[in-house]
Amino acid sequence: MSQSEYLGVFIDESEEHLQAINDNLLQLEKQPDDMTIVGEIFRSAHTLKGMGATMGFEDLAHLTHNMENVLDLIRQEQLDVTTDVMDIVFEAVDYLEEIIVDIANGGDGKQDVQAVTQHLEALQGKNLLPSKEGAAAAEASSTSEEKTPAEGIFDEYEWTVLVQSKEQGYHAFRIVVELDEKTMLKAARVFMVFEVLEQAGDVMKSTPPADELEDEKFETSFEVVLVTTVEADDIKQQIRNVSEVDSVTVDAIETGQPDKPASPAQNQTRGTETLAKPNQKEKAPSPQKKSELNKTIRVNIDRLDVLMNLFEELVIDRGRLEQIASELNNNALNETVERMSRVSGDLQEIILNMRMMPVEQVFNRFPRMVRSLSKELGKKVTLEISGAETELDRTIIDEIGDPLVHLIRNSMDHGIESPAQRQSAGKPEQGTVELRAYHSGNHVFIEIEDDGAGIDKDKVIHKALTNHVVTEEEIQQMTDQQIYGLLFSSGFSTAEEITDVSGRGVGLDVVLSTFESLGGVVTVDSELGKGTLFSIQLPLTLSIIDVMLVHVGEETYAVPLTAIIETAIVHKGDVYSAHNQKVIDFRGKVVPIIFLHDIFGVDFQDQDTDYYSLVIINKGEKVAGLVVDSLIGQYDIVLKSLGNYLTNVFAISGATILGDGQVALIVDTNALIR
Amino acid sequence: MEEAVAEDTHVKVIVFQLGDEEYALDVEMVQSIEKLQAITRIPGVEAYIKGVMNLRGIITPVIDLRSRFGMESKSYDGATRILVIHKNGDDIGFIVDEANDVLDIPISSIEPTPEVVGGVADEYLRGVVKVNDRLFTLLHVDKVLERQANKTNQKRK
Repeated sequence: MSQSEYLGVFIDESEEHLQAINDNLLQLEKQPDDMTIVGEIFRSAHTLKGMGATMGFEDLAHLTHNMENVLDLIRQEQLDVTTDVMDIVFEAVDYLEEIIVDIANGGDGKQDVQAVTQHLEALQGKNLLPSKEGAAAAEASSTSEEKTPAEGIFDEYEWTVLVQSKEQGYHAFRIVVELDEKTMLKAARVFMVFEVLEQAGDVMKSTPPADELEDEKFETSFEVVLVTTVEADDIKQQIRNVSEVDSVTVDAIETGQPDKPASPAQNQTRGTETLAKPNQKEKAPSPQKKSELNKTIRVNIDRLDVLMNLFEELVIDRGRLEQIASELNNNALNETVERMSRVSGDLQEIILNMRMMPVEQVFNRFPRMVRSLSKELGKKVTLEISGAETELDRTIIDEIGDPLVHLIRNSMDHGIESPAQRQSAGKPEQGTVELRAYHSGNHVFIEIEDDGAGIDKDKVIHKALTNHVVTEEEIQQMTDQQIYGLLFSSGFSTAEEITDVSGRGVGLDVVLSTFESLGGVVTVDSELGKGTLFSIQLPLTLSIIDVMLVHVGEETYAVPLTAIIETAIVHKGDVYSAHNQKVIDFRGKVVPIIFLHDIFGVDFQDQDTDYYSLVIINKGEKVAGLVVDSLIGQYDIVLKSLGNYLTNVFAISGATILGDGQVALIVDTNALIR
Repeated sequence: MEEAVAEDTHVKVIVFQLGDEEYALDVEMVQSIEKLQAITRIPGVEAYIKGVMNLRGIITPVIDLRSRFGMESKSYDGATRILVIHKNGDDIGFIVDEANDVLDIPISSIEPTPEVVGGVADEYLRGVVKVNDRLFTLLHVDKVLERQANKTNQKRK
């Protein structure tokens, strides 16, 4: 059992748990009274702690342990869910994230967690009620003692739960497990016993407490209280099946029903609390829940790439087979080949779909960010997310996180006004940022809309002119959207004060180029005083793109359809020279033309025609015409990289394998338009 | 690679022909030996990079070793082979005149390179091997793959 084997699993699972904690904490903040949420958080934290301890990441275990204590206080209603408390817990989660990231990057997961631990401890200390300490002491001492009347070792709350469970037909057992003296891995045995118990029901408490058991801080025996529907003998039998268990005693706990009249009669608050608990208990037996989650498996993305490559081989052979079949004209063969084509088409779709992931992966970190950012900025902002289930190619998912962070920060910093400003503008104090994702055709749209101040067009124009981003004449020609788009030009920032959050003026142009490199298009729309909408159009997948195949001399090149406006044929007489640049008059605009023969150094025999075949491409607002020899047609192709050896090939963004097995290069149109 | 040689007393090499000389590459480095196939030219790169080929679905760059070493070019024929090298996660093809042999050679038979062997600048070579009556040269793959090294090579030409 080498650690490294489990490290990957550990990291993946830790990230999942942290995400769950984050989500639930945000939920808890909205519904501070909902103890089921605390339960969920507690469970995630506990698992995290267990895993951290097993893998030897002490800081992680230590921190989660302290967090768990605080959560426990909340669960027992000895600590209220206040903003202060939440802040500290969030801070702890931040540290946990850092630790996991560090471990994932090959670090040792060491972090200076002292400060935050102290905060957590302060929370515990401040609110630690004497009764809790008393109970803990009682627990500790009761281990060695003869069985005291059951009430003795339970505090009031636990007792209530016991009574409640009994009423609902659960059994409560006190189980004493004695391990073999020679047991080497006591913690492991404890774990196995607990696993058995958790399958059977709910472990209410254990003596010594679970974390001490995990640290092997006990001699050979320990005691747990289990609430379950399973009979005593079955449990006994199951625990005995764990090796190195010496003896097991299972005693029913008498709650002395119904001498404590059950809670409905009690006051209102008590009632809600105790009612909430059994719900949680019912949900608790985790195995079923887990199996639902575990219907997915993790597959290394490299393996999917290999699968894809092999499949493409198959597609090429399929092409050849189709050719042969059509030549032989044998019915049976034709049918088989046709069937095979259909099946492989379906197969291709499935393989491509396997690379798709919901954008949730990216979106789920934003609520946290918005929360802390609104604090930082002193603004009230709600983030509304929709369409998080929309799927995108994994490679795109990996890239869009940072630019989206930037856009959301931008909306919060420049868009949403301060509560006072909002009030005087007659808007609700609480600003809203909406984050939407949806499918449309072959694209996925991600939109960020705020109900803030909107973009001041005149300010943008003024700034653009002073920064020489555009000229006066150009402004005259521009639509409002184009003017807003100037925000994305480099060296541009409209914030009057430079804040930590955004406004360094280096951001939005980077955002734009990241999206563009993914084949995305960014548009901005805004209404002064009403809000701003950033809309990002992304391709569904990067691995399959639509291209126009063209001949240049003997060679075949692929031009991405996303860059093509249209194709045209122009008479050679309509080509003019201006500044040593050949241009044409295309729909009233002067468009430079680029000879691909020159760019790619293809031997060019001037054909006997009087016409040029043109592919009109654009990059943003700029348009150019590519001169090719002939247009072959439009195809769906699989994009492949040229590898690490051939880097920085001018104006080539990748390659693809055509139906006949030949390689065609993909033209990087962005490089051709300066 | 260095370790592989040191590990044992023998090393398995693939022997191939370039012009009049025989050269050798550690067999561990060679992924496969392919017959010549369609190569798509890549514009704007060094002349010795012939282009890319489709090797079972993977885009594989192909280098003409003759051209790489500044040797006189020779038209490809039925004997022409592409040795596919696996290096740093990438596959790269070397076009050679002929793939001759796979041999076990004693490490002790590897001698340091004399100044210049068969016109190939010594920077690309790891040593010279003499087995029986045959003399062949061990290639230094890293150096062959270095793209900047091209300039020095051209100067020597």
